Amino acid sequence: MQVNTPNVTTISRRNFVSGAAGALFTGAALLGAPAIVRAKTPIKVGLVHPVSGFLAYSGSQCRAGALMAIEEINRAGGIHSMGGAHLEPILGDARSRPDVGAAEVEKMNEAGVVAIVGAYASSIGLATTQRAAHHGIPHVVDVCVSDQIVNRGLENTFRFCPGYGTVARAAVDNLVKINDAAGGPARTAMIVHEESLFGTGTAKLLSAELPKAGFEILEIIRHPNPARDFNNIVLKIRARKPDIVIPANYYNEYILLARTLSQYRVRPMAIYSVLGGTASSYKFLKEFPKTARYIMDCNHWYDPEKKAAHDLRKKAEENGLFFSYELFLAYSATRLLADALERAASDDRADIIRALKASDWNDHFMPYGPTKFVNGQNQGARPLNTQILGKDIEVIYPDEYATAEAVFPVPASGLNDA
Amino acid sequence: MPDLDLLVPSAINGLTTGAIYAVIALGLTLIYGVLHIINFAHGSLLMLAMYGVFFLHSLFGIDPYVASLIMVPAMFVLGYSLQRGVIGHASHGKDENILLVTLGLAIVIDNLALYLWRSDTRIIDTPYAFATFEFGPVLVSTPKLIALFAAVAIAALFWLMMMRTDLGKAIRAVAKEKTGAQLVGINVEHVYAMSFGLGIACLGAAACLLLPTFYVSPQVGSAFVLIAFTVVVLGGMGSFTGAVLGGLIIGVTESLGGLYLGESLGQIGIFVLFILVLLFRPTGLMGQRT
Repeated sequence: MQVNTPNVTTISRRNFVSGAAGALFTGAALLGAPAIVRAKTPIKVGLVHPVSGFLAYSGSQCRAGALMAIEEINRAGGIHSMGGAHLEPILGDARSRPDVGAAEVEKMNEAGVVAIVGAYASSIGLATTQRAAHHGIPHVVDVCVSDQIVNRGLENTFRFCPGYGTVARAAVDNLVKINDAAGGPARTAMIVHEESLFGTGTAKLLSAELPKAGFEILEIIRHPNPARDFNNIVLKIRARKPDIVIPANYYNEYILLARTLSQYRVRPMAIYSVLGGTASSYKFLKEFPKTARYIMDCNHWYDPEKKAAHDLRKKAEENGLFFSYELFLAYSATRLLADALERAASDDRADIIRALKASDWNDHFMPYGPTKFVNGQNQGARPLNTQILGKDIEVIYPDEYATAEAVFPVPASGLNDA
Repeated sequence: MPDLDLLVPSAINGLTTGAIYAVIALGLTLIYGVLHIINFAHGSLLMLAMYGVFFLHSLFGIDPYVASLIMVPAMFVLGYSLQRGVIGHASHGKDENILLVTLGLAIVIDNLALYLWRSDTRIIDTPYAFATFEFGPVLVSTPKLIALFAAVAIAALFWLMMMRTDLGKAIRAVAKEKTGAQLVGINVEHVYAMSFGLGIACLGAAACLLLPTFYVSPQVGSAFVLIAFTVVVLGGMGSFTGAVLGGLIIGVTESLGGLYLGESLGQIGIFVLFILVLLFRPTGLMGQRT
């Protein structure tokens, strides 16, 4: 194919000389100016998320959360230690594909970002952190629960929330406590998980931990993304009659699974999600209050005592958004980065990485305490157990954060009583 | 010995899912098989129809099945207008241009939907969404059973239209010999637009059958369009009976494949079947040799 380029811009000798002189003058002026003046130029922060493709809902929620944080930071005067420099978001769409996520990082590097926040899905995060490491760009991971994210020795990668190892152990520990408190009626479980890194990894960890806690795993069922139909899976669940059904999948598939369980009148003692997301989603609760009733989740959740979380929820809802884990984790990750920029007082990538390594940020609403990163993982990060009770999502475990008592086993007329 | 308690419901579920594939494929087979137009925007237009059904329900409380009285004509008008106003003009009569134009349309529609409605997954709740028919121990979803009967009825209507009406004769004439049809006074551009409109009207019907049990998002079309292409080729290009048969076979194969090979590997069955048919009957199950 031939490409015609009729309007090629030509540069005359006069233009070149005057342009070069201008550039030299500007450069000299900037180099001579105090750091504080130089830093007043906006600080470019890359936000890479899957805002199209099958993860579009979650990716868009992440992007919205990060943008809300940037807007708040800028409104509060920007990065004070850098003369009030504002954060400028550089947006990237990973299109739900790791390779596209990596390509977006390349573009962001060209655009001169000082750091990146992203990339929601573990498979995408593996690619974006790797590419960012190649360029020495600090990368704050917002969700990406696979532990491979922080186990590769990448100096640039920092995860604020817990990985699936921590979550799976907490989920099993808490399930045992909830079951014991009810007299130990549940003995068997089935796991339904999506087939990417997140679901597969979570299922693998649970299948190792649950038998140690005395649960028999009847079957582990994997499904693709997107999945059009959950009938076969529900037929299998119906035939095997597990006490607990444990889903680990993304929003759309979770909804289809929950609705199909309702349709086929499958009533286990509990639907106990691990990183199910949807199970602790206000959107799910609002749209399907009956299907959502009594569903439990062990997931990322905020400290219900913190006013800042409720303020952010109000603000999100005023903007027509649901206050989901994607939104508040990306918001928190962006604020963590802003705190590191404040401490570094520099837009140098290496300085920001040093500031993140030494971070003890505590001005957040997650139940983590001050940040402390070891190999890029925030050591205090932990999940909470929630249950959909009445018209709200309540924290049922651990006790210090609990806002309600767990209902387990769910009443015979309860779960899936559509 | 297979467990009949699983096998029978799974096969029935496959039939009902396949019925939806068949309705989507009916439109595609009319456009792709008869008029030789590769409509890459089929999935995107399905998504648009699903949003139409969703908004008719959420804004005006119109039941998805009642909405078919609005959506089918609306999608027909949209299809007719697209063919006459965009595809026909932009393609300059060349098939390879049509491919690019429909691909471009798909990109525009998908991104417009993303801009207008964001990437939120939306789903409607109807009183019968969880209703089931009980055949002994077998439970069958009522909306899916309705889809099965609707698919057969739509295919029969299409067949009658093609065989017993002047429009059907004109479509068949244009499909076989465009120049000859022009010579006997058939308005080829009008027939093209009518065919495209009818093909897209099928998507209006499919959207009404899908919404009671499925979600809509700007990406939803891609979940169905590849399967619909497979159904068209499997059934035989341009064959309505083939589209229905192909849809049902693909639905059952997918369902049983998912049951015995796992949901992730279940689709292998579809493509193994597809390759076998192409090897031993390249014109498809009901296709005619030219």
